Amino acid sequence: MKHGLQTVGNWLDRFVKYWDLLVLLVQRDVKLKYRRSFLGYLWSVLNPLLSMLVMVVVFSTMFKRSIENYPVYLICGNILFSFMREATTQAMNSVIGNAALLKKASVPRYIFTLSKVTSSAVNFVLSLGALLIVMIATRVHFQWMNLLIVVPIIELYIFCVGLGMLLAAVTVFFRDIKNIWSVVTLAWMYLTPIFYSLESFYKPEIANANLASNTLGLFIRRFNPMYVYIQQFRYFVIQYSPVWEVPTSVLMWRGALISLGMLLIGAVVFRRTENKFILYI
Amino acid sequence: MEQAKQPKPPVCIRVKDASVRFNMAAERVDNLKEYFVKLMKRELHFKEFYALKNVNLVIHQGESWALIGSNGAGKSTLLKLICGILQPHSGSVTINGSIAPMIELGAGFDPNLTAKENIFLNGAVLGHSRKFMREQYEQIVEFAELQDFMDLPIKNYSSGMRARLGFAVATVVKPDILIVDEVLAVGDLEFQAKCRARIKELLSQGTTLLFVSHAKPPVLELCEHAVWLDHGEIKKLGATEHVYWAYEQYLNQKRKERLAQQGK
Repeated sequence: MKHGLQTVGNWLDRFVKYWDLLVLLVQRDVKLKYRRSFLGYLWSVLNPLLSMLVMVVVFSTMFKRSIENYPVYLICGNILFSFMREATTQAMNSVIGNAALLKKASVPRYIFTLSKVTSSAVNFVLSLGALLIVMIATRVHFQWMNLLIVVPIIELYIFCVGLGMLLAAVTVFFRDIKNIWSVVTLAWMYLTPIFYSLESFYKPEIANANLASNTLGLFIRRFNPMYVYIQQFRYFVIQYSPVWEVPTSVLMWRGALISLGMLLIGAVVFRRTENKFILYI
Repeated sequence: MEQAKQPKPPVCIRVKDASVRFNMAAERVDNLKEYFVKLMKRELHFKEFYALKNVNLVIHQGESWALIGSNGAGKSTLLKLICGILQPHSGSVTINGSIAPMIELGAGFDPNLTAKENIFLNGAVLGHSRKFMREQYEQIVEFAELQDFMDLPIKNYSSGMRARLGFAVATVVKPDILIVDEVLAVGDLEFQAKCRARIKELLSQGTTLLFVSHAKPPVLELCEHAVWLDHGEIKKLGATEHVYWAYEQYLNQKRKERLAQQGK
């Protein structure tokens, strides 16, 4: 127990010592992302806005009637999923990409992974501006409850840190992951109700509903963490909730549990393998 | 081998029976297909290679040591071991004090950032706070003599300019242990002299120095002690002149053998 406390103490000391490094790395990413671009940070708002417009045009004929305020529904799912994809993809390369530095100085290696997820999070926070614009344009009634979106955002951030550490560590040993991951996130996107709604085919309350689509729906509800985060988020923004869904407070707990579990897995794998990184990068 | 004269200052680096092992076969496997093929053939744990074999080294505070030996002898591996970048496969490494590593100066520089931004980033990598770096900024720029180029991205810097900046950042604070790996060669003669002066100044303040160079004069000028490494093992350690002399003898010997072989 005493030894454990000492380890935690050492870890905290190092974290505090390298806090400024984390801040500078995040600043670097954010600065360099839009250096030499005319509109700069505005792109973080414009990009999700424009892609939402495209998706609204493409999908509105299919889903518009069944989903209330489709533009907001869409942009909620889209910015959250984009954040997860960007954060994990960036984090995956965080160790390999900083090989030159990791070979020359002894710094806590997870700082690089953490900085990538954090700079993606900064980008995500900017993209909330796009959400705000769409909410105003579609005359969403603002209320205090909207502020609760910080809960799923923090949960998703922690989830991404865990998943990012796992990916960063595994990618050091198997570079294939870089190629596989883009396909995995593509499949994951289609298995996440971003532009469609689960309600449209998942109807557990109807006794003789289609078994296959009900199974798929149940699978998404139970095993897709992104669903848990996006559903909470939509509830806080437009009070969207399917009839069969559990209360959002339950989803909040579920989301917290998933993200802490992911963080634990990622941290343990990272810690177990990090001393061997140097031999492979 | 051991030199025992006056009472010694406290030990600051103790390398005890340390070995560093690379797994040559596993190292070339970086994709899943090869991994499974090798796993099936049971080839994954073959071909071990020791970059360092049972190295013992005790360095006291304030001493200056040169690491000499051919390319691939394990000098940089030993430095990385002492910096904590590499972990020993067996044995142990104990360090007392702060380390300023200068292995390839400016390796931590981001080519797209300006020199000023890189100074802060590099300082943070060395564990300095932004506040501290702000206080030291003027001094760093002055030492590097690059006042006019601070807003230029590092990618437009020459290797000599990068080395100047790297050296200035690394020595801004007095470290307990200074590690210099073959970095002075890139700067111009005037700057090399300035660096040597700075290193001497730090030495006189009690810093411990570990120095790697293939050039003889700076080694003899800066270091009292030397370790000669060959194929991962310590061949000889002691006073610099003796060790360097033995090393040169060995090189001459090898050259003669090679010439004899060619003659045949």
